[in-house]
Amino acid sequence: MGRIFSGVPLALFASFTAAQNQVNMSPGVTEIGADIFELHMLIMWICVVIGVAVFAVMFYSIYAHRKSRGHEASQFHESTKVEIAWTVVPFLILIAMAVPATSTLLEVYDNDEAELDVLITGHQWKWKYEYLDETGENISFFSNLTTPQEEIYNTEAKGDHYLLEVDEPLVIPTNTKVRFLITANDVIHSWWVPELAVKRDAIPGFINEAWTRVPQEGIYRGQCTELCGAYHGFMPVVVHAVSPEEFQAWQAAKRGAAQAESQLALQTLSADELMAQGKAVYETACVACHGAQGEGGIGNAIAGSSVVMGDLSQHMAIVAKGVAGTAMQAFDAQLNEVELAAVLTYQRNAFGNNTGDIVQPGDVTGMNNG
Amino acid sequence: MSSNPSTATGHEKYYVPESSSLAVRATIGLLLSVFGGGLMLNEMTYGSADDASYSGWVLTAGLVFFILTLTSWFRTVIKENIAGLNSGQVNQSYVLGMFWFIFSEVMFFAAFFGTLLYVRQLAGPWLAGEGEGGRMNDLLWPGFEFTWPPSITPQETVGGADAQVIANNGDFVSQEKSMAPADAHAWYAWLPMWNTIILLSSSATVHVAHTAILAGDRAKFNRWLGITVGLALIFLGLQAAEYYEAYVLYGLTLNSGIYGSTFFMLTGFHGFHVAMGMTMLLIQLVRSVKNEHFTASDHFGFEASSWYWHFVDVVWVFLFLFVYIL
Amino acid sequence: MGDHHHGPATGVTRWLFTTNHKDIGTMYLWFSFAMFLLGGFFAMVIRAELFQPGMQLVEPAFFNQMTTLHGLVMVFGAIMPSFVGLANWLIPMMIGAPDMALPRMNNWSFWILPPAFLMLASTLFMEGGAPAFGWTFYAPLSTTYAPPSVTFFIFAIHILGVSSIMGSINIIATVMNMRAPGMTYMKMPMFVWTWLITAFLLVAVMPVLAGAVTMMLMDIHFGTSFFSAAGGGDPVLFQHIFWFFGHPEVYIIILPAFGVVSQIIPAFSRKPLFGYASMVYATASIAFLSFVVWAHHMYTVGMPVAGELFFMYATMLIAVPTGVKVFNWISTMWRGSLSFETPMLFSIGFLVLFTLGGFTGLMLSIAPADFQYHDTYFVVAHFHYVMVAGAVFSMTAAVYYWLPKWCGRMYSESMGKIHFWISFIGFNITFFPQHFVGLAGMPRRIPDYALQFADFNMMSSIGAFIYGASQLLFLYNVIATIVSGERVSDEKVWDGAEGLEWTVPTPAPYHTFEEPPLVSKPAGTF
Ligand code: HEA
Ligand code: HEA
Ligand code: HEC
Ligand code: CUA
Ligand SMILES: [Cu+2]
Repeated sequence: MGRIFSGVPLALFASFTAAQNQVNMSPGVTEIGADIFELHMLIMWICVVIGVAVFAVMFYSIYAHRKSRGHEASQFHESTKVEIAWTVVPFLILIAMAVPATSTLLEVYDNDEAELDVLITGHQWKWKYEYLDETGENISFFSNLTTPQEEIYNTEAKGDHYLLEVDEPLVIPTNTKVRFLITANDVIHSWWVPELAVKRDAIPGFINEAWTRVPQEGIYRGQCTELCGAYHGFMPVVVHAVSPEEFQAWQAAKRGAAQAESQLALQTLSADELMAQGKAVYETACVACHGAQGEGGIGNAIAGSSVVMGDLSQHMAIVAKGVAGTAMQAFDAQLNEVELAAVLTYQRNAFGNNTGDIVQPGDVTGMNNG
Repeated sequence: MSSNPSTATGHEKYYVPESSSLAVRATIGLLLSVFGGGLMLNEMTYGSADDASYSGWVLTAGLVFFILTLTSWFRTVIKENIAGLNSGQVNQSYVLGMFWFIFSEVMFFAAFFGTLLYVRQLAGPWLAGEGEGGRMNDLLWPGFEFTWPPSITPQETVGGADAQVIANNGDFVSQEKSMAPADAHAWYAWLPMWNTIILLSSSATVHVAHTAILAGDRAKFNRWLGITVGLALIFLGLQAAEYYEAYVLYGLTLNSGIYGSTFFMLTGFHGFHVAMGMTMLLIQLVRSVKNEHFTASDHFGFEASSWYWHFVDVVWVFLFLFVYIL
Repeated sequence: MGDHHHGPATGVTRWLFTTNHKDIGTMYLWFSFAMFLLGGFFAMVIRAELFQPGMQLVEPAFFNQMTTLHGLVMVFGAIMPSFVGLANWLIPMMIGAPDMALPRMNNWSFWILPPAFLMLASTLFMEGGAPAFGWTFYAPLSTTYAPPSVTFFIFAIHILGVSSIMGSINIIATVMNMRAPGMTYMKMPMFVWTWLITAFLLVAVMPVLAGAVTMMLMDIHFGTSFFSAAGGGDPVLFQHIFWFFGHPEVYIIILPAFGVVSQIIPAFSRKPLFGYASMVYATASIAFLSFVVWAHHMYTVGMPVAGELFFMYATMLIAVPTGVKVFNWISTMWRGSLSFETPMLFSIGFLVLFTLGGFTGLMLSIAPADFQYHDTYFVVAHFHYVMVAGAVFSMTAAVYYWLPKWCGRMYSESMGKIHFWISFIGFNITFFPQHFVGLAGMPRRIPDYALQFADFNMMSSIGAFIYGASQLLFLYNVIATIVSGERVSDEKVWDGAEGLEWTVPTPAPYHTFEEPPLVSKPAGTF
């Protein structure tokens, strides 16, 4: 019987590891990641050893002391000495575990002297990254899932980074102590990148701190790890670690792009341009709740909606300011004027809502002020 | 009433009631109540399409049915006791039942006192920027300072359209005035202090009633029990006045942020328990006056109610200390 | 009141109006099994959706409803009532009492359960759907962002709480007040001890849960701000209150299971329980420690480091008394005369797999390592090892062990053994790979996952179907036993069984111990 107890899981285990599945924690790329990994392995092996010892005794007993072999039962049922022994010994083992655990924990909590602060805000269901800058010129953007609905709904083959890909990753410099200030805007989320060994809950109204120092350039992927509503599973984290020089260049480019965009807001765009960009915005920001065909879901149907086909100012107000107390959030903080104008135009003309209305970035600015 | 649990003699048979419809009836009442109540709350908060609503009727029917069932339940128990079915051991079961019921109530209040402790000692200071994650103050709630009672809610420090930005379920408007004594000179006009005195004396009067019944003096028992019920009524009256003052005069409402939340939760549940305790005592009074129930050796109904009363009283002492004074 | 030895009434009113602890126990047991099937059905939906990457069967929002209801129904509907049912059947028989101390209240504690679950299940059909915020219902997902059905969820929790509190008060009163002469505390069977301690835990923490949902109700409908920072509250406060209940809750689930195993292992080892007194103290220590470890579910919420350390040390300590129990069970088997009937097989399965789950629990308790484990399938694997292979296996063992006593018929041993082996293998295929995907980074509560997790998830789903199917075999075996099992009439169905319940006739008559028996031997000795 003993053989079967241990044999079955082992055989299954062997057959599946052959397919190169990861079965263990990632040692990560950071120092803390390595410390945690070692801690994990240490405790696991201690448990394995205790387990093997304990169950060896049990299986021996099952083998040797069975009734069918004619074993007579002894009647002993007490021994203060062994009771004390098996209270004290595990206690000592626990102390041996607590020592490295404590020092690793203290390391994780040492947030001081960071060289770069990034404010991470969880939204349903995307992350917002904001680089806090002394000069006040903060760079800020949202990071949305880019896996297409077709892949999710199995009409297209799934790509390599299925569900773990975003439009704009968080970019951080290597060999720099980066401090993450983590919060949320609606419900609790949790920001996790296994290879950086950073997991911190994003609590609305509170800010948690965590930090990392990545020695190695690379792309590190993770996910939201706190149930945050329907699309909790579709809220990846992608971190791009680049050299400090590259990081500088990226920052400069980002600032430049922000300016260009505000220029664009002053222009008049063609209907096609607006529709094309509107479709893109819709498919990243709105589709999850309003459906690929505007048929609705968590949110109301867009196709044939009286709001969308009616008065522009009301439509605009809902998209910009959201509907309090529902999942419909205020998008003026997330989309710029061009994007807002585009998505409004798109909603008013797609899905059979052929109103023919064109909304220009200027209209949106006007509305915002008015 | 006094029997040693572990040496039940075996001569007295433990009374196990035959089958009874009480439990099922109580279940129906309870269920109608919560279902009706739930519908009503949802109509209130989420709005409902049709105007013709029956939820209020369901709730009322449920409550009436429930209370009637409980009444007949207690009546049955009383009858059994009078019929002499309850041995000392059965009584001991009731004693244990009441004791552990009160213990569970203690834990219920512990959740709210724990909440008060947590928001005052931890969450509040954190929001104001103390502790390890202190950045939230300047980034999220610029300039929020924490005092107790808070003079401002975090939401109000942000103000305007931004106030809706971070998950919340409404507008939290800070109150104008705290419920603590305004100034030391006007202490005699401060209701909570009078309420404390009243409730503490009612504990004493109920104790006097107890000694009276132990001595077999029914007239004295009725008198002091009556006084206790009267004190309870006065307490509730004053508490109503206190709420009026808070709500209408000081602008302290359920919406007043965490101060209003904890204030009304603790005093509200306490007030509800006072009302329950008072009803229990009143019923005992009626039993004694009308039906001459209770003897020097058998008066568990009264005793259980008085324990409950002492418990309500102790809760108030803590409440007075942590909600009003500290 | 009338005749001493009358049987049960007939018809439905027998069950509706009964005050008999055996009837009530039976109803609890059947009800919990029905809930186990329902919760299991939800689990099957989860596993079917997770069979392969991509969305196939259900929408993400519905998936979350399944996860939530699965957790709630299993914990509050299947496991807790099943052990209350066992307590009802066995405690009076084990301590030589004529019935539970407060029989009418006993009936009430049962009868409010089914409607409460009906109300909970009916939320599936309400506008906005059923609760979808996990069985831990963290605010503000469960308050500001909850569907309207949350109101009924809250009331359902209130009712479950009331039921548990009344049930526990009854058990406490029974054990403290109704023991037969000579049945001192230290002679009580272990099962009675573990339930007494469990009942204390329940009376202490269920009201706290009631407080938590009441605050939710206020936040949702009356504009308070307990769990909203904007008004000066804190969403994390909810978690503290929830886990102050929730952690003791997991021991509420496992302590009676410990009790069951402590009855069965000695019986089939034909040897008294080793270290009875230390078992009692260990159980009490576990219960005590369970009140000061709750925040180990919240290592990542950003507690101050002193708090993390305190909760980490306290949690680790629980391994000591639990270890004492494991060692005692094994010493009980040591040099016994072992035989392996189905109850014993399930008990050994319990022992091995629960310990494995305990080890992963210990790993989770290490705060820095938990940063990597938290909210992944590693946690899911941990708690199914302790709750399914722990609580459910021990409950299954209990049913096989006492079923002949209850109905006077023997179950089919060969079918029982098959049930055990399919369960054991199916269970491990389901949940062992979840350790791997968890460590490799798969979060829990997601309806779809990245491609590298595909193989193990498929394996896990296949295991789940096997394990689920084996439960139908169990159902069949139990029904077949009741209807047409081979009759047994020995008072002592198992030659090694000890305790008062084995001194009454088989099947146990409707009323037992109307005259208290006299107890002289200590429990668990020959
Ligand atoms: C029956 C239920 C049950 C039981 C008994 C346990 C037992 C334990 N649990 Fe578990 N746990 C759950 C049910 C249970 N748990 C559930 C449901 C969750 C998830 C809730 C959710 O989020 O949904 C959870 C989650 C959970 C977490 C949070 C994980 C996370 O979300 O990040 C932690 C962390 O510390 C933890 C720890 C432990 C520990 C230390 C024990 C200990 O009691 C285990 C002790 C036993 C042993 C250690 C084995 C035997 C001992 C020896 C052989 C002695 C020698 C050993 C050594 C010295 C190592 N559990
Ligand atoms: C004691 C409690 C208990 C029990 C017994 C189980 C039993 C099972 N659990 Fe459960 N589980 C929890 C408690 C429990 N679980 C909790 C608390 C959670 C967390 C919830 C949350 O995150 O909020 C969870 C979460 C959880 C998840 C994670 C979901 C997620 O994170 O999204 C998964 C996934 O595999 C799972 C699977 C299973 C399976 C396969 C079983 C199997 O053992 C079930 C086997 C039983 C059956 C299958 C019944 C047999 C009946 C039939 C087969 C008939 C079916 C009928 C028809 C087909 C008509 N459970
Ligand atoms: C998280 C889910 C979610 C996302 C993402 C979302 N919406 Fe909504 N939306 C809702 C919900 C819920 C409502 C219904 C609000 C109510 O009850 O009034 C809604 C309502 C609307 C309405 C009003 C429709 C009507 O007929 O009442 C419009 C217009 C709208 N959303 C536009 C958008 C646009 C544009 C985007 C993307 C830029 C978007 N939504 C993204 C959830 C969402
Ligand atoms: Cu965001 Cu889960
Ligand atoms: Cu726990």
